[in-house]
Amino acid sequence: MVLVEAFTATVRRVGPAALIELAGLIDGRAEAELEQSFHDAVRLSPEEVTLDFGGVNYINSTGIALIVGLLAKARASALPLAAVGLSDHYREIFEITRLSDFIEIRQEDSHE
Amino acid sequence: MSVLQSLRRRFRRRTEDATAAAAAGVGPTRVVDIDLDLAPNDPLVPYLLQAGRPVELASLELESPALQQLREAGIVMTVPLISQRELVGLINLGRRMSEQDYSSDDRRLLRDLASQAAPALRVAQLVVEQQQEAAERERIAQELRVARIIQQTMLPEEVPHLEGWHVAAYYRPAREVGGDFYDFIHFPDGRVGFIVADVTDKGVPAAMVMATTRSILRAAAERLEDPGAVLERTNEVLHSEIPPRMFVTCFYALLDPATGYLRYANAGHDVPYRYTQEGVVELRARGMPLGLMPGMAYEEKESTLQPGEYVLLYSDGLVEAHNAQGEMFGFPRLQRLLAPHDDGSSLTDYLLDRLAAFTGAGWEQEDDVTLVTLQRTPGERAWRIASAPGNEHEAVARVMAQLEEAGVALPSRRLERLKTAVAEATMNAMEHGNDFDPGRPVRVAVEIGSNVVTVRISDEGSGPPPGEAEPPDVEAKVAGEQSPRGWGLFLIQNMVDEINVIRTENSHTVELVVYLNGERGESNGAG
Repeated sequence: MVLVEAFTATVRRVGPAALIELAGLIDGRAEAELEQSFHDAVRLSPEEVTLDFGGVNYINSTGIALIVGLLAKARASALPLAAVGLSDHYREIFEITRLSDFIEIRQEDSHE
Repeated sequence: MSVLQSLRRRFRRRTEDATAAAAAGVGPTRVVDIDLDLAPNDPLVPYLLQAGRPVELASLELESPALQQLREAGIVMTVPLISQRELVGLINLGRRMSEQDYSSDDRRLLRDLASQAAPALRVAQLVVEQQQEAAERERIAQELRVARIIQQTMLPEEVPHLEGWHVAAYYRPAREVGGDFYDFIHFPDGRVGFIVADVTDKGVPAAMVMATTRSILRAAAERLEDPGAVLERTNEVLHSEIPPRMFVTCFYALLDPATGYLRYANAGHDVPYRYTQEGVVELRARGMPLGLMPGMAYEEKESTLQPGEYVLLYSDGLVEAHNAQGEMFGFPRLQRLLAPHDDGSSLTDYLLDRLAAFTGAGWEQEDDVTLVTLQRTPGERAWRIASAPGNEHEAVARVMAQLEEAGVALPSRRLERLKTAVAEATMNAMEHGNDFDPGRPVRVAVEIGSNVVTVRISDEGSGPPPGEAEPPDVEAKVAGEQSPRGWGLFLIQNMVDEINVIRTENSHTVELVVYLNGERGESNGAG
């Protein structure tokens, strides 16, 4: 059976950073929720916005475009971005697309 | 050929009236050819070799049939012609015309003559022998040409072209043509009979038996359905026609190309191999070679070839080939070499290459080598998926389920890449090709080869194939100089080993190719 999970984004403050916990599928339908969460995160006046991809099981090209949109917004407000919880596959995609040039990818696990 | 044998034959020539002349005694002016039977063990031979000079027969006391024969022909003196200590001929003389005895001058003259004549005669004999040998060689060569022509005339001109199958055949005769042959019989219902056989013996006799067997098999196959019955009938007919001590080993299989169902029987032929995903299995069925004895029954077996599987039929020329160390190619080696191959041609090429490597340079092929492969081409499974946002997940799930069902072992990382590629290509097809029109579904097909997975995603769009106009530049996108979108094709290209776009009048197909042995390896594109 095809699994279709709604996208959710939860924002909370963790120390000096605003953490956005992402879950589900990041595709075109995630747009409004993702934008809102980033807006909410910026309102916390953090030193950094951390995107937690731990609960994300799918990102498509539209999802990549949405993340590029966040990168542009962060850059405009001179806010550093970091990504945690990326699977090997999506980390590879961030590298191939060179999104990783604009968002610091942190690995909780040892680098393979 | 020994000198004496040649001597013996040459002495046998006679004039028409020689017998009469011998009976009457040689007249003073007569010249006769004597049919002298000088056996190699006749005591006259060593005596003459020892004497080495003209010998008067009257004084000889030898138990010699040849001597007796010479005397009866009226010969009184014989002069041995000796070359390199071998007796190459005799000069036989009757009584002198003067009726007197031969003088010592006569003897000396004869001795000198013999010493001159012997080497000349020997040279002449050698020339004749060489001519005879050349004629014999030419006869053998001619016979081989005939055998080869018979054999090649009998072999099918082309292999069957069957939808969903790849058939390949290879035949290389040994210098001394063996009795291998193969044949394909097409039936009106689409089924095809495959025959590989080997006649004992070589050359023309084997070729003749081969031609006969082929005709009998064809006649039997057209009348009878079951492979076992075909062999049984062939055996009955052949038994009464085949020369003694000759027989034919033969494997006969009847294939239904639509289902892959194969029924077969074997008359003592080398057991064919079937390559499956789980390994190599033998297609065994009991039965005696054809033509040995009447009333034989042939066990019949069945098997169904799955997509990607193949059967190899072959002859003993392959497995019984020897290398310079006298080691045999053998069945275990052949079995080990049967690995995944995308088509039969590459399999036969590979096996011949391995054979050449085994036998080494300068190998004189001992027997005919015959290879016939029938491979069911890797199958395609296809689904139609409605063009609606989110349905790319269904495409991905279908493809993954199919890979799992086929037991395709891809590392999870490559599997994830393929998932992304399938999702992106399906999204493109639904959105750009079919405008999210539910009435225009996207076709997703998976073909699993032995070493390759191909996913074809087709839309029903016309016009140029969907794709992004410009390559994505993340910097430009972040800076707002380029649309943040436009990643689809770029992602697909980076996720699979090969991408092909096939455009027809009313469809686009994006073909995603992933090699199972990892042509692109596990290396990460960005390092």
